[in-house]
Amino acid sequence: MRDVAVVAFAQRQESKINTESEVEFMVPLMNEAKDAVGLTQQQIGFTCSGSSDFLAGQAFSFVMTIDGTGPVPPISESHVEQDGAWALYEAWVKLQCGEVDTALVYSYGKSSPGSLRDVLATQMDPYYVAPLWPDAFAIEALAARLLLERGVVSEQQLAEIASRSREHAASNPHAIRKTPKSVADILAEDYAMAPLRPSDLPASADGGAVVVLAAGARAQELCERPAWIRGIDHRSDAHTLGVRNLTQSMSARIAAEKAGVGTDKIDIAELHAPFSTSEAVLTTALGLGDDTVINPSGGAQAAHTMMASGLIRIGEAAQRISRGDADRAVATATSGPCLQQNLVAVLEGE
Amino acid sequence: MSDEVLTAPLVLEYPFTRTTGPVIGAFLTGLREGVVLGVKRTDGSVMCPPLEYDPITSESLSELVPVSTVGTVQTWTWNGDPRPQQPFSQPFAWAMITLDGADTPMLHGVMVDGPDQMTTGMRVELVWRAEREGHITDIAGFLPAVDSATGEPGALPEGVEEVRSVRTPIRMEYTYTPGRALSQYLRAMKDKRILGDQCPDTGQVFVPPRGVSSIAGKSTLPDLVELPDTGYIESFNITRVPIKMRPDLTPPYVSAWIVLDGASVGFMGLGMNVEPEEVRVGMRVRAVWKPDDELEMSAQNILGWEPTGEADEVIDDYSRVGRPQREGAS
Amino acid sequence: MGKQKAAVLGVGQTKYDTTYPGSMAGMLREAATNALQMSGTCWDDIDAVIMGKAPDFFEGVMMPEVYLAEALGCVGKPIMRVHTAGSVGGSTACVATSMIQSGVHETVLTIGWEKQSESNAMWALSLPQPFATSVNAGAGGYFSPIIRRYMMMTQAPELIGCMVALKDRRHALDNPYAHLHQPDLTFEQVVESPMLWDPIRYSETCPSSDGACAIVLGSEKVAEAHTGPVAWIKGIAMRSESGSFGGRNMVSPAASEACANDVFAQAGIHDRRKEIDAVEMYVPFSWYEPMWLESLGFAEKGEGWRMVESGATSIDGGDLPVNCSGGVLSSNPIGASGMIRFGEAALQVMGLAGDHQVDGAKTAVGHAYGGAAQYYAMWVVGSEK
Repeated sequence: MRDVAVVAFAQRQESKINTESEVEFMVPLMNEAKDAVGLTQQQIGFTCSGSSDFLAGQAFSFVMTIDGTGPVPPISESHVEQDGAWALYEAWVKLQCGEVDTALVYSYGKSSPGSLRDVLATQMDPYYVAPLWPDAFAIEALAARLLLERGVVSEQQLAEIASRSREHAASNPHAIRKTPKSVADILAEDYAMAPLRPSDLPASADGGAVVVLAAGARAQELCERPAWIRGIDHRSDAHTLGVRNLTQSMSARIAAEKAGVGTDKIDIAELHAPFSTSEAVLTTALGLGDDTVINPSGGAQAAHTMMASGLIRIGEAAQRISRGDADRAVATATSGPCLQQNLVAVLEGE
Repeated sequence: MSDEVLTAPLVLEYPFTRTTGPVIGAFLTGLREGVVLGVKRTDGSVMCPPLEYDPITSESLSELVPVSTVGTVQTWTWNGDPRPQQPFSQPFAWAMITLDGADTPMLHGVMVDGPDQMTTGMRVELVWRAEREGHITDIAGFLPAVDSATGEPGALPEGVEEVRSVRTPIRMEYTYTPGRALSQYLRAMKDKRILGDQCPDTGQVFVPPRGVSSIAGKSTLPDLVELPDTGYIESFNITRVPIKMRPDLTPPYVSAWIVLDGASVGFMGLGMNVEPEEVRVGMRVRAVWKPDDELEMSAQNILGWEPTGEADEVIDDYSRVGRPQREGAS
Repeated sequence: MGKQKAAVLGVGQTKYDTTYPGSMAGMLREAATNALQMSGTCWDDIDAVIMGKAPDFFEGVMMPEVYLAEALGCVGKPIMRVHTAGSVGGSTACVATSMIQSGVHETVLTIGWEKQSESNAMWALSLPQPFATSVNAGAGGYFSPIIRRYMMMTQAPELIGCMVALKDRRHALDNPYAHLHQPDLTFEQVVESPMLWDPIRYSETCPSSDGACAIVLGSEKVAEAHTGPVAWIKGIAMRSESGSFGGRNMVSPAASEACANDVFAQAGIHDRRKEIDAVEMYVPFSWYEPMWLESLGFAEKGEGWRMVESGATSIDGGDLPVNCSGGVLSSNPIGASGMIRFGEAALQVMGLAGDHQVDGAKTAVGHAYGGAAQYYAMWVVGSEK
């Protein structure tokens, strides 16, 4: 495989962006990332984005947003109705074909205009499940009880995950939930959706992210210390909750194996784990040990921007490599109920 | 000028009609008749509700078997704040329930007084809705079962009409925000002023403003430019059949791309005070505004566009639209 | 590693119709299993699935690849979902091809679909938007002014569009999957059909269809081991541009020309009209056939309508048969429409197009566009490696 690296990253996450339209808040981010490596849109070989029409209630919302790239003259471009991490995957594949050396990847989502918990119910089986309108927190809580009652994880451990997310988020300017809270105080919280407590749930955000990818020598020209993508893979589990073992993530485990997570020590992991329970499941699926710092940014629990959170995990991991804070990192992205679909990327500094 | 951004409620709702196919159709037919069906998987286990394929191997499945209306809770959570379309209007438990005779659980609601009455492993019994139509909500929900309850599997009566489709209405409420540029544009509309935004590189002017120049890939904020309410028709459509969304419009009527004087791109407007047959590409037009006392923060303030009677705009290239250069620029 | 060769091993379709009678999953599985069957593969042979469709609002299922993954053999496998407006079926096939060209996968299933009967096109494509008024219904009102410009620019005779409409509906009679089968349709009936979006008549527009189209793609190794005919992919291209800027060529957008130039250069095509044996182009409104003939370089500027008038684009004696399947004018499940164009082009060079086979077709083109005529996807396929 061709060596491809993350050479630039920009993000914005706020609890509510209600002043600007998607394209209005994405244009500065696109330019921040392009300026960081001194590339204009016309110098970029391929562009790929991710977003969902359901979030903002607008069909074809990505058609408005493409104008932010400045696609005049025309550009080679594609869009996935998935988290931006899958847009990055598509761009990575395009770079593997060897015809272009650089790619722009962006994704965005505004959950605040609607009720995300309800909107996500429309993602479920449309005949048997969606008509009951179970919300996304309830679905995760069903998995959480299985994890607890089967002894896979304890409430204490979930509270430790939630507490650490807040602690790490304190130094992340893009995090939403960043006030420290002790494990004891979290355990004292009333259940939000038993057995999940408010601190186990994600802090919903509006926002977006932009990544620039470059291949081989081009990456070295553009960035002092590129974050090389050494492995990237994504897999799905079944959708029907009743046939899945919700205490594990087969898809994340396979993707991690294919991406080569276990071949060497991982310094940091940015896991797209919206819930404390999802982090527990992913940590096991990826086989991460005590020597890995989990979610140094605070993770998706501290700020969860639908359609961009996965791409942001890759960006956060890449930034730490480029800054020299880490030599080897893993980032994940997820989609669907209870970690149904997972993407795993391994990033290295050398 | 106030920078406050406009918001408006946006409701998206539609009564989706879903055709069901053989397996989903049979399950829903069963519900209407008071029978619960599962499907036999290739490993011999029974999945309920049934799918026409095995969700692990994707092999086709078709052998339906009746299962019990009594089952066991595998996991649950407490929903203290039910929303309108959910199974119960009072607080209830969401649960994964494996019906006797099936090997996989289904999601539904269990009605009990509080979370202290729920346990994993508890036995529950299906409660039918009084009037059933062949829909997952024919199951009103579940109640705790008495120990002796068996809920013997029933058999699907012969010769009943099969369910072929199901209605699953969706209603989602949003708060729509048009963004900074459009908010300014809409505010100015109240004063009968038309605003556009300008590309910082090429000077092109876009109406309505979008906050971004698609040529430069740059923000055009915060300063917008004001345009006159006159321009020309660069092309048009004549709608000759009524459309649902605009019952107020009587066909035939003209919808035209209007390029304002000083603008680089056109937008769609309604032709007024002119017969459709008389509309021409290049025809000069001006805005017809609502009466002053009816003006709102809305693009609807412009009722349409009427001919000015001036000489037509000369168009030398019919393939290109709008103006590539700012007027007056060389 | 560089770019690897890729080929089409199988194409599967459902009968396009107003309403597909089964479930969404059932519809996709029918197309997918037909494609698997033609390619001699089974679910286990597939490395990944690349799905495409247009807005999720059509079916009211958010990101339906989540619900459908298990119906398409994707448990433990990758699945992606592309959405590039009307061009999506073509873009999806391009993305799937790059999965093989990159060396990432050996065998890929790609599928485009839409089940428009679950809601309706007017609603799903024109959702209410506060503060704005709509003076048009659907896409016809948007494209009619562009067509008017083309007619003014070329001075084309007024009934060229009707000729295209009749030709495609006649072609559709030889395609069992086509939605519209109108054996008794006459030119007079097309001309006299109601004017909807003047200058577009009812018979010059596409139907609203349910349906799915799936393609199995394989690497060089997989294709060479395959015993049946294959279609070698000689080039893929995607281009996008802004839908609105001053001086934009809307009759022949720059993105359309750039996409065509790229794909024909990859395929080594010099004389497009001569070297291409069959074209499946995206023509949702009849006048787009002469417009695309010019934009894609099959005709000189201003001359596309003459090709139509001369019968050059008919399967009955034309030298560049266009839309032998009946095209979008005869079947339009939006998210599948581009994939159908790509799949039908492949079937032509595989010699498997049945009654609408162009004799001896060796090189064919699949084409799709979307949005404000701003998204383009194309591929060139050939019978020879």
